[in-house]
Amino acid sequence: MGADHDDRHHAPHPHGRALRLGVGGPVGSGKTALTAALCRALGRTLRLAVVTNDIYTTEDADFLRRAGVLDPGRIAAVQTGCCPHTAIRDDIAANLDAVETLEERFGPLDLVIVESGGDNLTATFSRGLADRQIFVLDVSGGDKVPRKGGPGVTTADLLVINKTDLAPMVGADLTVMSRDAAAVREGRPVLFTSIRQEPEAHAVAEWVIGVVEAWAHGHGTGPRGHGHDSGSPGPGHRAGSPGHSHDHTPV
Amino acid sequence: MSAPSLNAALLLLADSRLPAGGHGHSGGAEAAIAAGAVRDLPTLAAFLRGRLATSGLVAACLAASACALAASSAGSGTAGDPAGAPPGGWAELDAEAGARTASPAQREASRVQGRLLLRTARRIWPSPVLDGLARAVPEGAHHPVALGAAAGVAGCAPGEAALAAAYAAVTGPATAAVRLLGLDPVAVHRLLADLAPDLERAASTGSGAAASPASVPPPRTAASVWAELPAHSAPALDLLAERHLRAGLRLFVS
Ligand SMILES: Nc1nc2c(ncn2[C@@H]2O[C@H](COP(=O)(O)OP(=O)(O)OP(=O)(O)O)[C@@H](O)[C@H]2O)c(=O)[nH]1
Ligand SMILES: [Mg+2]
Repeated sequence: MGADHDDRHHAPHPHGRALRLGVGGPVGSGKTALTAALCRALGRTLRLAVVTNDIYTTEDADFLRRAGVLDPGRIAAVQTGCCPHTAIRDDIAANLDAVETLEERFGPLDLVIVESGGDNLTATFSRGLADRQIFVLDVSGGDKVPRKGGPGVTTADLLVINKTDLAPMVGADLTVMSRDAAAVREGRPVLFTSIRQEPEAHAVAEWVIGVVEAWAHGHGTGPRGHGHDSGSPGPGHRAGSPGHSHDHTPV
Repeated sequence: MSAPSLNAALLLLADSRLPAGGHGHSGGAEAAIAAGAVRDLPTLAAFLRGRLATSGLVAACLAASACALAASSAGSGTAGDPAGAPPGGWAELDAEAGARTASPAQREASRVQGRLLLRTARRIWPSPVLDGLARAVPEGAHHPVALGAAAGVAGCAPGEAALAAAYAAVTGPATAAVRLLGLDPVAVHRLLADLAPDLERAASTGSGAAASPASVPPPRTAASVWAELPAHSAPALDLLAERHLRAGLRLFVS
């Protein structure tokens, strides 16, 4: 990598470091698929690194490395013992160490994505680790899941409901999911994706660009969930038709 | 020195909730379980006794000396020039820890845990002494050295640092065994309670062996005393640690 990463963001960060984005959610909902999608969509314009949290193996890191979406050296795997949520919330030392090691090696960076191990609806990232967080659900768990709430669903800066292609198969009603999610999220954004059908997840990538730009301009230092930086795209305002500015061929 | 008889910082350091990355390590328990050596309460009890008598005791002695070194560095202004050369002693003591950890996998696990503990301790108890240790051992101090240094900076006595190290040597694997084997957690805590006298013995051995440049009269040196610290080894644990590193499926780093 390298040359393809110096086209923007030369100015030193007002925060002195990259935005740290947590990607959490239940087992198998599509966290790694989304991380890969973001690497595909953003890897050419943003200086990226990824930390995966694997429960049993280095499966997710290996998948991302094999997918060829990012320089393998920029992907670090953290093992979390029996408790994936502990590593992102109660004891973030190993993850912080991995993030800072990547920043030292490849920095300055624009964005470091931390994918949590699959966990439950209560698993959220500590603010000591993630500046912003995405919670990924999938439709195959049933359309009741958003209604059940839990801190991941209610407080994440962005809720992604993935695998919409499976909705007809499992009899999930996306309108119900959308309505229920809106009811518990107090205006925070919700995006529906099918990463299977749209491997660059453009709408999510647009949202991420918005928060990265807000971060790079010194906005968005406050708590999650206030003002522009928690809503749909930030000051850069790129909310348009998905993919309007991202026609890269997949790497 | 007027060490209080009870030091609350010791509880914080020994608590498994200390956010220093310990939860990702099983202290060899996962590999012992995979090998069938630990299956139930009696085999876990034997494992814990063996670990305490070997690597646990060695860790206790190293932690006590690190605690003494931290206290003497803080007292004598030898914490090191903040911008310049690392202070004396840390690299030598850390090398003694490395020399007592035969398995490369365990050395790596010890360094990772030491580095994470030091990162956490430097934010909780900021001190030029801990900065000096980080500078002297940039790859990450061994866990007992980092633990002893943090204990010293937090105001603990060497015996207390040794107790924390001995305690960590058995509680880590005990907790991992509860998770991996589904053992009754109360029964496992009873095992730990039964080990209390052994923990205290390890602490007093560590305290007795602790040495720092301030406590060793010439012509002897602290380094020469550290070289004489106990060096019990547990070859089976070393082999299990190596095997664990190569295991395809594992929950814990070590
Ligand atoms: N049908 C369909 N399958 C998907 C979609 N996104 C991901 N998958 C599949 O769902 C499975 C799990 O996806 P991952 O990205 O590994 O999920 P994860 O949340 O990272 O899983 P853990 O890290 O194990 O918790 C994989 O087989 C993906 O190919 C989608 O939009 N539609
Ligand atoms: Mg994953």
